[in-house]
Amino acid sequence: MRAYLPDYSFHRAKTLTEAFSQLEAGAKPFAGGTDIMVLLDAGALPPDNYFDILAIKELQGIRSTKKALSLGALTTYSEIRNHKLIQSNFPILCASAREVGAIAIQNRGTIGGNIANSSPAADLPPGLLVYEAQINLISKRGLRTLDYTKFHLGYKKNELQKDELIHSITLKPEFQKHHHFWRKVGSRRSQAISKTMIAALAKVNRKRIEDIRIALGSVAPTAVRCLEVETFLKGKILSPSTILEAKKILSRDLHPIDDIRSTGKYRLIVSQNMLEEFLCGIG
Amino acid sequence: MKKMSLTVNGKKLTVSCHPFSRLLDVLREELQLTGTKEGCGEGECGACSVMLDGKLVNSCLVPLLQVEGKKILTVEGLANKSLTPLQNSFMKCGGAQCGICTPGMLMAGYALIKKKKKLSKQEIREGLGGNLCRCTGYSPIIKSVQNCGTKP
Repeated sequence: MRAYLPDYSFHRAKTLTEAFSQLEAGAKPFAGGTDIMVLLDAGALPPDNYFDILAIKELQGIRSTKKALSLGALTTYSEIRNHKLIQSNFPILCASAREVGAIAIQNRGTIGGNIANSSPAADLPPGLLVYEAQINLISKRGLRTLDYTKFHLGYKKNELQKDELIHSITLKPEFQKHHHFWRKVGSRRSQAISKTMIAALAKVNRKRIEDIRIALGSVAPTAVRCLEVETFLKGKILSPSTILEAKKILSRDLHPIDDIRSTGKYRLIVSQNMLEEFLCGIG
Repeated sequence: MKKMSLTVNGKKLTVSCHPFSRLLDVLREELQLTGTKEGCGEGECGACSVMLDGKLVNSCLVPLLQVEGKKILTVEGLANKSLTPLQNSFMKCGGAQCGICTPGMLMAGYALIKKKKKLSKQEIREGLGGNLCRCTGYSPIIKSVQNCGTKP
């Protein structure tokens, strides 16, 4: 059943100061609404006070300096996929933003919402993990920066405190010589939520792997870096037997479950196949 | 209840609604613009697609507060006295069957052609990827957009 609207309040915060006082009063932030409105329409959103943050300038837009790229929390998937510097330096983020829902969702949904929601099936986190992004959180107390790897704590759980908003994501463009790989498997090209997905980076010199980073999503309570596989592959020359062994080790990094979208067994096998596809492409 | 002003199909108007009201419901029930359809109500089917400040959105996922002061274009706003090239192309190519998805398909097609004049089949497929047709008449729909020309 649809939600009964008088049970909810919804105000606009135009500035960070207004947002902080809304947070202090216990209200919840609302950005692109592509998750919250679905819950509201289904009558599954807990009655509460919400506030719109879309108008807050400090949280908008992509800024670039020589050393880093900063994506404001309100950056939409469309802005990510159409941005020249992200296309050239962080192609995995473009590719993953391109596979979130479809155009109408990509025009509304934000990177901050994708992260704050902390769904294991979110499409951007695997890319942010392999690019070793930093996340900036803001509150009345000031700005604090965390390695993105430390942000997600468990299923729908993260480091964000009650008085904080996600401010931005910082990325360092240092992967020009890497291979970038992204693959998402869902029931359908558009609109489908992932059954499993992989983001991977590798730098290969004369067939020897100098640097490798692999992250998967939808196969554990949070997106995961596959550190055991990375350690195994680093310094190795790729051969069919190395790839076979890497696929075996991958199963130790993953904890896929059966749910409405897929089975754990399917997720594991397909994840292993995606890893193989990536490794075959860089050799 | 909150008074909010917005521009719909070029007309400035004020509505008094709960700020969490879905744009879809306000269009259909307050403004009697029933061309915009409700399909799934969860952003999966695209039947409720409208343009919000020049961008395609699902009106079932947009709360009215976020539309205050903005410009909306619905399927009713496409034609001005005569049908647009895209609407004519849908008629000519058989792009509409039962019609429920058609307003959304027209808006998604409009967004595509407005952004880029020459579209590949792949770009059209991706641009319409968020719009479901229960009659599964996708081929003529894609053809309708393909054959429309450079103006929506």
